[in-house]
Amino acid sequence: MLDQTPKEIAERKALRINPLKTCQPVGALYAALGVRRCMPHSHGSQGCVSYHRTFLTRHFKEPAVASSSSFTEGASVFGGGANLRSSVKNIFDLYDPDIIAVHTTCLSETIGDDLNAYILEMEIPDDKLVVHCNTPSYVGSHVTGHANMVAGFIKYLADKRAPKNDRIGVFPGFVNPGDIRELKRLLGLMGLPFIMLPDQTGVLDGPMTGVYEMYPDGGTTIDEIRALGGARMALALGEFASTEPALALKTKCGVDSKVMPLPFGVAMTDSFLMALSEISGNPVPRELEEERGRLVDLMLDANPYFYDRSCAIFGDPDTVLGLASLALELGLRPRFLVTGTPGEAFEKRGSALLGSHGALGGARVRAAGDLFELHQWIKNEPVDLLIGTSYGKQLAKAENVPFVRAGFPILDRYGHAYQPLIGYEGAIKLAIKIADAIMDRMDRDCADEDLELVM
Amino acid sequence: MAEVKNEILAKYKAKVFKGRKDHILEVDRSKEQVIAANARAIPGIMTNRGCCYAGCKGVVLGPLKDTLVLTHGPIGCGFYSWGTRRNKARSGPDGSNYVQYCFSTDMQEPDIVFGGDKKLKKAIEEGYAIFKPKRIMICSTCPVGLIGDDIHAVAAWAESEFGITCVAFSCEGYKGVSQSAGHHIANNGLMKRIIGTDDSDYPARYKVNLLGEYNIGGDGWETERILKKIGYSVVAVFTGDGALSDIARSHKADLNLVQCHRSINYVAEMMKSAFGTNWLKVNFIGLKAIAQTLRNIAEFFGESQVKERTEEVLEEEMAAISGDLGYYRERLSGRKAAIFVGGSRSHHYQDLLRDFGVTTVLAGYEFGHRDDYEGRRVIPDIKEDADSKNIENLVIDKDIRYRAILSPERAEELRATIGLENYEGMIKDMEDGTYVVDDLNHYETEAFVKFLKPDIFFSGIKDKYVIQKAGVLSRQLHSYDYSGPYSGFRGSLIFGQDLTMGLYAPAWKLIKAPWAAREGGEPLAPKGGEEDHA
Repeated sequence: MLDQTPKEIAERKALRINPLKTCQPVGALYAALGVRRCMPHSHGSQGCVSYHRTFLTRHFKEPAVASSSSFTEGASVFGGGANLRSSVKNIFDLYDPDIIAVHTTCLSETIGDDLNAYILEMEIPDDKLVVHCNTPSYVGSHVTGHANMVAGFIKYLADKRAPKNDRIGVFPGFVNPGDIRELKRLLGLMGLPFIMLPDQTGVLDGPMTGVYEMYPDGGTTIDEIRALGGARMALALGEFASTEPALALKTKCGVDSKVMPLPFGVAMTDSFLMALSEISGNPVPRELEEERGRLVDLMLDANPYFYDRSCAIFGDPDTVLGLASLALELGLRPRFLVTGTPGEAFEKRGSALLGSHGALGGARVRAAGDLFELHQWIKNEPVDLLIGTSYGKQLAKAENVPFVRAGFPILDRYGHAYQPLIGYEGAIKLAIKIADAIMDRMDRDCADEDLELVM
Repeated sequence: MAEVKNEILAKYKAKVFKGRKDHILEVDRSKEQVIAANARAIPGIMTNRGCCYAGCKGVVLGPLKDTLVLTHGPIGCGFYSWGTRRNKARSGPDGSNYVQYCFSTDMQEPDIVFGGDKKLKKAIEEGYAIFKPKRIMICSTCPVGLIGDDIHAVAAWAESEFGITCVAFSCEGYKGVSQSAGHHIANNGLMKRIIGTDDSDYPARYKVNLLGEYNIGGDGWETERILKKIGYSVVAVFTGDGALSDIARSHKADLNLVQCHRSINYVAEMMKSAFGTNWLKVNFIGLKAIAQTLRNIAEFFGESQVKERTEEVLEEEMAAISGDLGYYRERLSGRKAAIFVGGSRSHHYQDLLRDFGVTTVLAGYEFGHRDDYEGRRVIPDIKEDADSKNIENLVIDKDIRYRAILSPERAEELRATIGLENYEGMIKDMEDGTYVVDDLNHYETEAFVKFLKPDIFFSGIKDKYVIQKAGVLSRQLHSYDYSGPYSGFRGSLIFGQDLTMGLYAPAWKLIKAPWAAREGGEPLAPKGGEEDHA
């Protein structure tokens, strides 16, 4: 497996090998599926949306609808305005969404299609909406694409004249429906009314009913997005996925946001709940304190299996930072933190986090990295554990490293999108998975006489 | 039955109606039926189709294991086509296997503004320094064509700089109307630059190439096992578990076996023109189809020992599976299936389903042409449109190595008896009253499920869960739902097992909670789910 990956590291400036990111449009598509009765629309060649729907379906094991402007060579030369107009007409005629959320592609961006003008000039039925965002594939990653689409909804729809209300906006970042479900539970327990944007629960973790619904009962409503303009404030979770929406809401409606890390592990969940407590004026309920206690109890009980074991963590920037924080709390020693998404901020945040636990010495934190490089690092300095997306399975097999799947995407296991990674509950599940991976390996590798029944 | 088509079309407004009506037909074999195919998808209508790049890099070039296939473009295209198509490849003796890797120039905004060819060159330098590949294939994505990067000049530079074979493919996603354009572009590149470039001796008898076999789930390996057991030598496979080093000497073969007609018929035709290599449409999916295929190949070589060995192998292989076959047949017989896959499988799998007593009530191709439906005889009548004109049709001259192994009379005879160099298309094998739909879309899938009530719907990942949510078993025929192989004798059993497993899944019976009032009408579970699993 991956036998051609040499141990010697040569600097690469142009060649990406085994990437750790994909392009903006798929993130935009995912975000748009979190708005109720919304048809995501890809303004480009139909191959893009075919790949994106395929990719999302492989992760969620759920339908992921989206349409395309189906550019041909002619449209690529003469502009895609006509294709977008007929798309919008056909989509409303046949699929009847309430809103179409258009995102661009490298194709339409390279030819300079002006989406603002197209949408302004096109005929849209009275009770329907068309919004857009720009997501050229040669900028950012799927994470920034998600951020841009959420910001796009706000720019078009959030209403600064909306009546002031007691709700807070919550931008959950690039997470699974399972995480959003958990966020809602925490917000509910803290007694804080909220508007979640986007909200893919019920859409990408829909129940089996025997009836297919193109628009399941899930997603943020258009009215809720409008009402964001009158929200008390917003919580933007995950700096990399949620800063853009926070800025958009400030610019459009003057609503302030608090940007926080995704609440992974103890300390970050503590900060999150204290922020909710401060906003709501409600104390953190005993139920959550007990949950926290169970987590810490587990961490202490299983400490011998975590302590000082080295690990590598890769995936999306907010997720990797969250996983690293939990790993440090467990006593693991993260040696490599890698994301494919570009941005120096990741390297700063990651180094600061490791530094705050005295774990920076010799560790590497890399933005705009790839799995080939991570593999070479691990060849030079083996680790005890690998944490990341399904794309790590080749590396885990090649280097015989225990592997815990977490993040986006998980293509080769079931049920991951249901499970939260955030909050104390998420941390408990992750800690169990990590301990299982390490201990299963000990059982597998030890001599017969060393096999322990009780551990 | 004609009202099904009308009812489905009735939901379309004028323009879409006009665009779709000729893509749907109810089979009536007493007539010469014409279907519209290989036409533009309608903007906004959820097609299952992909793009030219997906056909070129994803389908034809991606499976090559001895070749560094470099995607020139922003990251997405290379990323999505990495490791997702199940074109299995065993590593070479030195552990080399490029299929495990994804290579991309990951173009950034400055590359789009100032041109990406410098980055492409640099990426090739870096890739060469690390991997020392003998062959690099460059595949371009949408923006590359628009900004005018000359990838062919870069390929020529790489050849002289590193002494390697480097071929560029201008397979930008917007070209053509589907993956099909990409197949053609890939076929052209292989023909122009690879096939026939290794003239070293190939001392073997009964030499064949296997064309249009991408080794999904290991199909190619099962097919090769059978061919080798009879005594054939497989010179090259295009391109599953394939190597350009084999394809370079594929002109040494006596016969090209064409499995996927759509994606590779260009190479078959071009090799016929250049080298005189005969080709034969084969099908290794379905037991009766395999038997017919093997007898046809034996007939081509014409020697009694090959024919006898073929019969021996058929008997031996069938004996090995007949018990299990009966078990699955009993559980599957009488069911109805719908099939919507890419280019040729929608036809192939009808043969296999028939072996299990399953009838196909709907079949369609995602990116087929009229000849895939109606047979090659219609090729001269197919009108070129703006989209197909943009894909180069190579004019192939006779190579000096041209050799005809059949006499003109024998060739003529074989055309009549085994369908040499012909493919009669899917429609002729379908029952009257069944449906053929080209470029079946999301809405039509939902509608046909409702009207035809198939027990099982074979399709791809994008619509799998649409169908499953509606309470109908859906199995992917692009990826076999990560199972397989489905080809050959052993594959047929795995297919039967997978279908049975799907239909008899206990969870079908659990969909409705006991306290929920059952809505009248529709049965909730496929037929199998309501019986006990024996």
